[in-house]
Amino acid sequence: MSNPVVLITGALTGIGRATAVAFARSGANLVVSGRRAAEGAALEAELRELGAQAVFIQTDVRHDDEVRNLVDQTVARFGRLDVAVNNAGTEGTPGPLTEVTADSYAATFDTNTLGVLLSLKHELRVMTAQRSGSVINISSTYGHEGAAYASIYAGSKHAVEGFTKSAALEVASTGVRVNAVAPGPTDTGMLDRFTGTAERKATLAGSVPLARIGKPSDIAAAVLYLASDGAAFVTGQIVSVDGGKTAG
Amino acid sequence: MTILTGKTALVTGASRGIGRATALALARAGAQVLVHYSSGAAEADAVVAEILQAGGKAEKIAADLRLADGPHTLAQRTRAIIGGRLDILVANAGISRAATIEDTTVEDFDNLFAVNVRAPFFLVQQLLPVMCKGSSVVLLSSLAARTSVGTLAAYASTKGAIDTLVKHFAAALGERGIRVNAVAPGVVPTDMSSFAKSEDGRNFSIGMQALKRMAEPDDIAAAVAFLASDEARWVTGDTLHVDGGSKL
Repeated sequence: MSNPVVLITGALTGIGRATAVAFARSGANLVVSGRRAAEGAALEAELRELGAQAVFIQTDVRHDDEVRNLVDQTVARFGRLDVAVNNAGTEGTPGPLTEVTADSYAATFDTNTLGVLLSLKHELRVMTAQRSGSVINISSTYGHEGAAYASIYAGSKHAVEGFTKSAALEVASTGVRVNAVAPGPTDTGMLDRFTGTAERKATLAGSVPLARIGKPSDIAAAVLYLASDGAAFVTGQIVSVDGGKTAG
Repeated sequence: MTILTGKTALVTGASRGIGRATALALARAGAQVLVHYSSGAAEADAVVAEILQAGGKAEKIAADLRLADGPHTLAQRTRAIIGGRLDILVANAGISRAATIEDTTVEDFDNLFAVNVRAPFFLVQQLLPVMCKGSSVVLLSSLAARTSVGTLAAYASTKGAIDTLVKHFAAALGERGIRVNAVAPGVVPTDMSSFAKSEDGRNFSIGMQALKRMAEPDDIAAAVAFLASDEARWVTGDTLHVDGGSKL
């Protein structure tokens, strides 16, 4: 497909932003979403400078009506939806299980889990009707491994992998594919907040066989593969893009 | 579109099936391809001719990977052709034999492990001196490694060994910047699988797959080409299941 219509949530920073830039460079038409209007307008302008038709739509993925609007606006603007990257996520507030609250649970699960569920709901509504499309959910190494003091985050990402496989089964007969990319430690604001100190970040890099922290563009490259026709027979898969962290 | 311009590649078992499709895909992306075969010289010639005709670079290379020193011979011949640098190794050559537990002979068992496990292991070992930062190794696993399909216990065990090797190789070679991954196809109609070409095989495959069509060798080759390319620069130690969403 030469000019696919690509929707990316949480596109303003980190992996989402790098993915938007990579798709723009490959000739895609883009709808990017996030919560902050000023940053969204700046990203929209940047993507247009790269030659893409790009639109920012302010969206909070925790709200059904906002996600419905995001998808409907995408179709209104471009007539279809070929690729959706459900990337919006939060690290929440890491800490011991003995200190979790219903609020700290909701603060993470509402974005990472409910947000992906609502995104799937509306994206698949369009894709199954057009009988084509590729969804890529952004999970995490912690989507299939435990993480002490990050249990809420790990739980929220485990759920994303369950959604991915279930959605793949549910829509396969329509030709729509659903996969996930599971990044390891990636050089973003989220990782800085997660690790807290440069020293802890360096220790984490030392645990990666390829001996560095991942770049957002590394993750984007794998997302573009799963979105492509080359991955036509790949569905329901969780692709680790982590420099070998889960192997080592 | 995967770009492999200027890269050197060795594809084992490249005269037929998935290996053939992979050799052609790597060549289309710009790589110089060594087309390994064991007995199908005429078929290997045809693959080479097809690559040359399209303006690519290729030559055939023989070795019997059932022999203990087969990988060593193949590595020597490879180094004699490509010189100092091998960018891509696709250890695809494999044999399969369906048999019940009672009917499996020691000879068959040993042959399966010789070609499917020993050869890739020692091929990597022997080619390490010419692999360097950015080199990519792709091994062929199978859906059978993670789930029971047919009377393939011995064959499936060799592929389980591949999934294990991938993790250990990736962890050990990461600091040299060498990536190691596997692709795990489901049932693919090739010369190796007469079952896949039968009506029963077709029904069985489609029954366990989310996507309701049979795989083509090109589906698998596209995944190998991705893992071989810099687009997968942050993917290592991973087994990518290219099986139409089987047994999700």
